[in-house]
Amino acid sequence: MAFYFAQLLTGMANASALFLVASGLSIIFGVTRVVNFSHGSLYMLGAYIAYSSMTVLPGIIGFWASILVAGLAVGLIGMIIEVCVLKPIYKAPELFQLVATFGVILVIQDMALLIWGPEDLFGQRAPGFEGVVEIFGERVPSYDLVLIVLAVVVLIGLWYLFTKTRVGILVRAATQDREMVSALGVNQSVLFSGVFFLGAFLAGIGGAAQLPKGSANLLMDFGILAPIFVVVVTGGMGSIWGAFVAAMLISVLQVYGIRFLPNSTLVLMFIVMAVVLVIRPWGLFGKPEAAGDHGSQGPPPKPFRQLDPSGRIIVAVIIAALTLVPLSGVNFLSVLFADIIIFCLFAASLHYILGVGGLVSFGHAAFYGGGAYVAALFVQYAGTPMELALMLAPLGAGFAALIIGWFCVRLTGVYFAMLTLACAQVLWSIVFQWDEVTGGDDGMLSIWPSAWASEPGVYYYLVLVLGVGGVLVLRAMAHTPFGYALRGTRDSALRTEAIGMNVKLIQWMAFVFAGAMAGLAGGLFVFAKGSVFPTEMEIATSFDALIMVFLGGVQSLTGPIAGASVFTLLQDWLSRFEYWRLLLGLLIIFIAILLPGGLAGAVDQVKALLGRAPKDEAAP
Amino acid sequence: MSFLTVQNLYKSFGGNRAVDDVSFALAKGELLALIGPNGAGKSTCFNMLYGILAPDKGSVCLDGRELIGMKPRDIWRLGVGRTFQITAVYASMSVVENVQMALISHHRKTFSAFTRAARLYRDDAMALLNLIGMKDQADRAANILAYGDLKRLELAVAMAHDPALLLMDEPTAGMAPGERRALMKLTADIVAERGVSVLFTEHDMDVVFENAHRVLVLNRGQLLAEGSVDDVRANPAVQEVYLGGGTTFGGDGDHA
Amino acid sequence: MLEISNIHTFYGGAHILHGVSLRVEAGEVVSLLGRNGAGKTTTIKSAIGLVRPRDGRITFDGTETTSWASHRICHLGLGYVPEERRIFSDLTVMENLEVGRRPARDDIPAWTTDTLFELFPNLAERRYNLGGHLSGGEQQMLTIARTLMGNPKLILLDEPSEGIAPVIIEKMAEVIAEFKAAGLTVLLSEQNLHFAKLVSDKAYIIESGEMRYEGTIAELEANSEVREKYLAV
Repeated sequence: MAFYFAQLLTGMANASALFLVASGLSIIFGVTRVVNFSHGSLYMLGAYIAYSSMTVLPGIIGFWASILVAGLAVGLIGMIIEVCVLKPIYKAPELFQLVATFGVILVIQDMALLIWGPEDLFGQRAPGFEGVVEIFGERVPSYDLVLIVLAVVVLIGLWYLFTKTRVGILVRAATQDREMVSALGVNQSVLFSGVFFLGAFLAGIGGAAQLPKGSANLLMDFGILAPIFVVVVTGGMGSIWGAFVAAMLISVLQVYGIRFLPNSTLVLMFIVMAVVLVIRPWGLFGKPEAAGDHGSQGPPPKPFRQLDPSGRIIVAVIIAALTLVPLSGVNFLSVLFADIIIFCLFAASLHYILGVGGLVSFGHAAFYGGGAYVAALFVQYAGTPMELALMLAPLGAGFAALIIGWFCVRLTGVYFAMLTLACAQVLWSIVFQWDEVTGGDDGMLSIWPSAWASEPGVYYYLVLVLGVGGVLVLRAMAHTPFGYALRGTRDSALRTEAIGMNVKLIQWMAFVFAGAMAGLAGGLFVFAKGSVFPTEMEIATSFDALIMVFLGGVQSLTGPIAGASVFTLLQDWLSRFEYWRLLLGLLIIFIAILLPGGLAGAVDQVKALLGRAPKDEAAP
Repeated sequence: MSFLTVQNLYKSFGGNRAVDDVSFALAKGELLALIGPNGAGKSTCFNMLYGILAPDKGSVCLDGRELIGMKPRDIWRLGVGRTFQITAVYASMSVVENVQMALISHHRKTFSAFTRAARLYRDDAMALLNLIGMKDQADRAANILAYGDLKRLELAVAMAHDPALLLMDEPTAGMAPGERRALMKLTADIVAERGVSVLFTEHDMDVVFENAHRVLVLNRGQLLAEGSVDDVRANPAVQEVYLGGGTTFGGDGDHA
Repeated sequence: MLEISNIHTFYGGAHILHGVSLRVEAGEVVSLLGRNGAGKTTTIKSAIGLVRPRDGRITFDGTETTSWASHRICHLGLGYVPEERRIFSDLTVMENLEVGRRPARDDIPAWTTDTLFELFPNLAERRYNLGGHLSGGEQQMLTIARTLMGNPKLILLDEPSEGIAPVIIEKMAEVIAEFKAAGLTVLLSEQNLHFAKLVSDKAYIIESGEMRYEGTIAELEANSEVREKYLAV
């Protein structure tokens, strides 16, 4: 009994940081409707800044003041991000804000590397709480109790702020209707910046407070992202109590889970979330999303049109040019262009659910990496030939999408996005943790094409046929009744159900189809590289796909192709620099601010300037 | 012979009786208006009829079939069309494609993967657009339509599977007086020509009194009055809770 | 008191208002009539700064407010009651009123929750209920009360009679008459001519983003040609 109680305390202590960061994310989302992806980075900064103020300025300010300093500093950084990055694009579609905050992650990652270096930094222990206390005969680190108290104090503080103060009432009102609040005389700008300060402050405190239990390191940002999304989705978006209860529930179960099922950490978290969402789709304390709840959507896209003759000629010319690439005799070019085609397919498959279906998936890499691993596993353990493995890759990925999609399509908007991310993290953690089978971090090596396709030039043609074929199938599927029905679910789920269509079934099938196509891209990838690593499934890969779609323009079927091509070339070029993430991050932020229609939109703008505006109602 | 029979419908939300023992019937080809103060239970009633809400008790029979427990899409397949208070059309599709969608679903071609949607049932859809006088706008994007045209388009979509019953939730909300009359005239013509039954809620008494064959008045979840337009107008109880002194709408035929 | 001169307002790429002008004098109740999509709501939103005119001038109470942020215009004494009511449904009636609260002005008596509950007795009974649990009519009262908490000198009412029961519309007419008696200025947009006639002194008719008619309500009543042409009644 005493043992379980001690475990309970450990779990609650672990929940502390999770709660602080998740509640900050929740508060920011509530008012500004921005899912701040860089929240994990703010948490990381909290730890680094606390470390510096503890070690660089020892004696001047002590441990406790350092935590507060870290919170305030991160709060200020949050405000700077809000003012510089988000303020200019609040009116843009929500995907822009997501992508911009992803740019912020990259920038902060490299800044942290630049300032603090690649080593893990271990902070000092809390003075007076270095030891353990005995509770019912079990030894519990006394600092754990500090963390539990901190979480409860913050919870009470937030509750008081939101229910008893005028500022809190204004924040809650703004959560529902920020425009109305400003028409009633409240300065929205100040309110938004203030909320960002508060949310970032909480993340900073969270990062700083966990320093004595761990270290400040460069993996903290992505590391905490999936858990806080799970907490927020399980607890209910926008609910402080929900974040608290879910953080406690998940952390405590995890502590017990590790005892009985080691290696099950993320999977267990997922199961808790899945159970909660099946029973309560909006989380423990959440409310259903009202229509139009998630930020600005931008103007509706134009109706699809078949390519006009000149468009067909351009497509034919591009494909013809692609067939010439291996003839150059430069292997490097074949490899590069094979990569581009694979990413085009990956981006186009994401675009099918995101652009056509309006479902923003943050976890599409699960199916891309999933397809890659399916192919690799079959080759490694069953000696499957490449041809068969390339067929099994989309089937396997589609099967994963069938299961994950069943949960995800029950939700919409931000909930859907977060759930897809969390599910992808689970698959990633299985691959990462299941060393014996997948090789874990070391990946799987020597997965080469069949003999006939082993020449890069020959394999390139295989990629060209399957990749371009896949893209064309995706495009054709947008024009079928099913593609129209999917677009219908995005435009108006209400109307779609009212004309006898099953909205969730359509979305689920589209999710599976897109997953399978991403799996095909993954299968092509694995044989192109000869190896596969867990990185193909990680959050950053999902984000890469999102950025490609976003860069190209969400509203156009050609957008993702353009986006994937440009992004791959850009990354290839930027990766020569030491701090390429910093450059890429800044570039993404600038594009989000300056090119609101993506590349396709920019092309339209240029055409309009040249007096060749595409006809009012036809999209390319 | 009544076509739609609603019997003893009940629905409570957290102790608050939103719909409290409501029964009524609708004959074939009848235009029945459901009116009442805000919060009287009109929307709740409507949503129960269309399978969006499950009643606590009661029955809704369409041509002898029980609708309670069915999903909206299954009720639609039985021949019930619906328009919404806030128009729900596909903004990213053209006008004719909006109608084609309903036809595609009606012919169960939703999951068909080997045809191009834009070609399917285009002629049938054009015929429906012709009916509502929007044939010349067929290839315009739905999101650039004027509000009155959106409402007409919704009517065409709702009529696509040739329904026997049309449920219209505040069909003229947000329209100018002239447009309101035109839309209801169109609806009344279709009803007369095709023998469709219509149940609609409405706040514009000019529209109700001019078009409804019969009027139901709901108040606090209960049926307060039922009868012809004249009966309901003259009913003192209805005047007290809903119509008021009659200063905010016109008299018969007088719309000045 | 409020003067809009020749404003051009755009939504995205769409040109909605083509040089709209109107004047509201202190103490007047002015109706802005026109069909849906004619530009009534956009005119009102331009006045309160929720959309910014690209061209033209708006002055309120002697101060130019063109392209000011909404909250600053509100501080000057312009109150806005939106068409869709936009109650904070998760907040109680009292909290809704708190959001609208602004300091008293020197020149006019300040509204308090007590005086508002006198005007809207229904709200007093439901002060601790959530906004979302109120009936449509009560929400209409709450949205007006919430704006009054800001002690405005001029109230913009966007389609106050839309979608509410005739008895509540009559109550609205009484409330507007009380505003007028208290010296408040009102600009309301309306489609219901019956209602506009009950409450207003002056009327404007807007059509396709342009002003087509201006006159007293009595003149409009006498002019069946204009009514027929722009309002189809």
